Amino acid sequence: MTELLEATAQPTPDPPTPDPMVPRVFRVERTRQDTRDTYTLELSPLDGEPLRFAPGQFTMLQAWGIGEVPISISGDPHGSGLLEHTIRNVGNVTRALVHTSRGATVGVRGPFGTGWEVERGAGGDVVFIVGGIGLAPLRPAILHVVRHRDQYGRVVLLYGARTPDDILFAPDLEHWQDDCGIDVAVTVDNAPHSWRGRVGFVTSLIPRAGFDPLRTTAYVCGPEVMMRSSALALRDRGVAADRIRLSMERSMKCGIGLCGHCQLRELFLCVDGPVLGFDRLEPLMSRWEL
Amino acid sequence: MTIRSLTETLPEHPFFQGFDPAVIELLAGCARNIHLRPDELVFRTGEPAQHFYLIREGRIALQVPELSGGSSIIDTVEAGDVLGVSWLVPPYRWLFDARATVETRAVSFDAECLRAKCEADPAVGYAVLTRVAHIMHRRLEAARMRMLDVYGVRRA
Ligand SMILES: Cc1cc2nc3c(=O)[nH]c(=O)nc-3n(C[C@H](O)[C@H](O)[C@H](O)COP(=O)(O)OP(=O)(O)OC[C@H]3O[C@@H](n4cnc5c(N)ncnc54)[C@H](O)[C@@H]3O)c2cc1C
Repeated sequence: MTELLEATAQPTPDPPTPDPMVPRVFRVERTRQDTRDTYTLELSPLDGEPLRFAPGQFTMLQAWGIGEVPISISGDPHGSGLLEHTIRNVGNVTRALVHTSRGATVGVRGPFGTGWEVERGAGGDVVFIVGGIGLAPLRPAILHVVRHRDQYGRVVLLYGARTPDDILFAPDLEHWQDDCGIDVAVTVDNAPHSWRGRVGFVTSLIPRAGFDPLRTTAYVCGPEVMMRSSALALRDRGVAADRIRLSMERSMKCGIGLCGHCQLRELFLCVDGPVLGFDRLEPLMSRWEL
Repeated sequence: MTIRSLTETLPEHPFFQGFDPAVIELLAGCARNIHLRPDELVFRTGEPAQHFYLIREGRIALQVPELSGGSSIIDTVEAGDVLGVSWLVPPYRWLFDARATVETRAVSFDAECLRAKCEADPAVGYAVLTRVAHIMHRRLEAARMRMLDVYGVRRA
């Protein structure tokens, strides 16, 4: 067992910068447009020290003079040293970030938060359930499983997007399905006549997915309603609540548990989360007033 | 290839799991195997709903014609699913177009024959109805989720 844990161990994440409120400066090396409104930025640290992180962690990313937002790390935890962030343009800060040109700089604080702890699923089956941009925070965990594929049982990825044009990381999905022994099922909410794939909500894929619920760990990321109904469907199939891990993305400011922006009753999601077990989250998620 | 009779294959479909074999045999009298080519239309909006389908292999898209021309796919069904509930509810007319998107194999039941057997034996009718209600319930829930447009940008 110790051997197994060592073999799947992930790089130890960096502690946040000496003063966690002071950003480090990163240069934009490359920008890639993934979909109509989503872009991936590859960043290198000006101080030369790569940022190590655990899958599921996020940074506070700053567009100088505009603002700072929490964005999950979407790159390979064992990768080249460039920090990858996949960002959907939804407002002022994300618009400025996705339009930052190559060579320009951004501020980075972190990494912050709890990770997916995907190594805990080793030895059993793994199910990833993803909605929309949620594939970005889960990508490092999926890449970890791909790298250590022989240590996991069946691996299933169920992905729901809004339309075929909104499917993120399409080449990755194809590669994971064809070459990495991952059973990938994609569904969209609406599609034009020419689409040959599935249409339907992502939870409809859960009852027929091939995994053994009694030895499964599930990682769920997407909008809160989607995560809740996915978690309930997983539990209906017999997956234990503490083995269903969700990433709660509430508004965050300081990232270090001081300001209270992300408070969910007794939890400060920036430090207690964003990834938490459904056993802890269920009573909080079904309460609209929280 | 061995040709298996419907009474052998029907119990394997999730819709019939737990059904009394005698009932399956009774209902198999209304059924036949069909094969659909990619893009083949199964039925059109507004036509009389004369069949009920169990999908064994492949995929069928439910689509609504758009005023501007063309159509949007609003749902798909595939192996293990059923296609069509309008055969059970007056005035027995399809509400959508259905089209195979890939090579598809299904079992097609004659709706009039099925309704007659359900009416003649209320226990059979109840068993069929509860299965169909369960499917409708699941689809309604999924449709509501999609109505929320959860992946869209929330406007503050
Ligand atoms: C831990 C954590 C990790 C995150 N990881 C990512 C990531 O990897 N990639 C990414 O693109 N985003 C991610 N987000 C969401 C991201 O932080 C927000 O989209 C961002 O703060 C919006 O800031 P803005 O100034 O651009 O938009 P604002 O001006 O603050 O908002 C513009 C509009 O977008 C809506 N909006 C805000 N947040 C969201 C959201 N999460 N989803 C949908 N609509 C939203 C608002 O309701 C508003 O109408 C994450 C959030 C958290 C808490």
